[in-house]
Amino acid sequence: MVKRGYRKERLDRGIKARSDDIFAIASWRETLYLILPRAAVIVSLLAFPLLKDVLGHYWQNVMLITCTIALLALSWDLLASVGLVSLGQALFFGVGAYLAGFLSRTFGWTPLLTIPASTVAGALLCTAILFPVLRLRGIYFGLITFALPLLMMRMIEATKILGGTEGLSGLPPLPDITFELYLVITAALVCAFGFKRLMDTDYGLVLRAIRDNDRSVLASGINIQWYKAQAVFIAALPGTFAGAFLTHHYQFVGMPAFALDFSILPLTSVVIGGAGTFAGAVLGAFILVPLSEVLRAFGTLRVVIYCSFLIIFTIGLPEGIFRFIERKYHQFERVVPLEEVRA
Amino acid sequence: MELVNVLVFGLVNSAVLALTAMGFSLTFGLSGVANFAHGGLYLLAGYTSWILANRLNLPFAVSAVLAVILAALLGALIYRLVLMPVRGIVLSEVIATFAVGVAILELFRWMGFVTYEFNLRPFVKGSVEIAGVAVDYQRILIIGIGLVLAAGLWYFTRRTRIGLALRGMAQDEYTALSVGIESDWAAALSLALGAGLAAVAALSILPLGIISINIGYDVLLIALAVTVLGGLESTTGLVAGAFILGYAMTFTSTYLGPQWMEAVYMAAIVLVLAVKPSGLFGKSKELEERV
Repeated sequence: MVKRGYRKERLDRGIKARSDDIFAIASWRETLYLILPRAAVIVSLLAFPLLKDVLGHYWQNVMLITCTIALLALSWDLLASVGLVSLGQALFFGVGAYLAGFLSRTFGWTPLLTIPASTVAGALLCTAILFPVLRLRGIYFGLITFALPLLMMRMIEATKILGGTEGLSGLPPLPDITFELYLVITAALVCAFGFKRLMDTDYGLVLRAIRDNDRSVLASGINIQWYKAQAVFIAALPGTFAGAFLTHHYQFVGMPAFALDFSILPLTSVVIGGAGTFAGAVLGAFILVPLSEVLRAFGTLRVVIYCSFLIIFTIGLPEGIFRFIERKYHQFERVVPLEEVRA
Repeated sequence: MELVNVLVFGLVNSAVLALTAMGFSLTFGLSGVANFAHGGLYLLAGYTSWILANRLNLPFAVSAVLAVILAALLGALIYRLVLMPVRGIVLSEVIATFAVGVAILELFRWMGFVTYEFNLRPFVKGSVEIAGVAVDYQRILIIGIGLVLAAGLWYFTRRTRIGLALRGMAQDEYTALSVGIESDWAAALSLALGAGLAAVAALSILPLGIISINIGYDVLLIALAVTVLGGLESTTGLVAGAFILGYAMTFTSTYLGPQWMEAVYMAAIVLVLAVKPSGLFGKSKELEERV
């Protein structure tokens, strides 16, 4: 008796194959196929602040935190695209947050000035801090980024600078919540699409090559330390921005800015959404943060819940949700019988 | 007088650090898995022993043995269920084990293990005076346990068949496979051993204070610091790293203030990784860790 097996076959949809090419402009249908998913995301995000009467203050705040975590997740994803796996996004976040607090406390600048200033200066500072360790690879870079934010936290506690354990409070706020939402949503969108574009350029090609095989890039006569430093600077921008932004939102900055949460949440987001796609990082944050708000009633049990997510996704769906959805969108699957194998 | 104090407590502190890091270092050295669930397993052993001794009224010794066995089994289980599917992908290993560790810790926090009633009984009560400094028996016992375990580990990894098999695996996986050492079995065993050692460390160190969840996170960082400082895969490096760090911490705590103590081991991790990632006593492997 011949045992018949079946296998799943995946094929690109015809429309995908056609619209990959220049023929996309030939028909509305194909153009929409490409634009619709992106436009839907952009429009619904930009429309969100207008719904404030429907959703209420609480969900607006959740949206705000979600976008901040999405920014940190994007920052993680960009670093990972250069092969620098970070376990401490809180470093970027904390540096941005403290810098914004410091600038506005010492010089009395308005938030509209401190946020851009501390975003750029913070990213420069983070690059300077990480520059000596950019030669490290793999887990060693991860370990050092894991320890750095915690070290910062202890240093602030021990030296009592920048408000010590009490932090800096009573900082000036941003104009209003609608403005804040538009600011952070725009930032997240710009980073998500901008990073994707960046990785598709020739410059991004070098960065990806460093991740895939740093020694051969080195052998091509490219200064990989310099490229890595640039990547760290670019990746630090959304992180420090998120920090500076939340500082002015809460009108407070303290040691929790370097806390483990700001390292774990972005990382979990990327793992859930799928690394290397940027859209996945955002998607992950939009699943994880609202979910953890819903689960708030469970206290610290929700940490256990999202740790289980982390484990399940790392093992079971390492490609992440985004790539899964993408595949479903672009391809169809069918079950076909296996060809008979003659012994 | 103060100097004697520093010297004696530096010694105790070093033993504590060595004991804390031993399990982590062993697992990392033998199978290359950075077991970020180390802190979780450490506290799990402590709480298990507490529950067995206080809720089920088992004798302390029995509860301790059961806690060690449970931790070791859990270590092997973590390898089988969590690590095996992602073996070789270092980042996934770290994320997965870290998630397991945090899950264990936060589960205990959620179950309400946060008050002052949670403390383990010391093995022996009382204290003795050494050079004018009062040191309780538990601390001396920690030094003893540390010495015995360090010697035992050295013997195990150098002289026994299983230990040699594990080290062979660590040095060259393919060659080890070709002489009949099974990779998964070796790695599972190294995780079980590491977890068991974490449990022993927990049971001997935790009686010095109360058990609190945050100890779990600190333990992981201390283990990282000592392992990174001393270099991997060598018992001597581990002991040396623990001594350097132990005395550095005691000195800063005495002369600069206790709030600097935690900054010391974080700074140690950062500085050593930046300057010599293979650790002060580690051997080469330079190209694998940096370019």
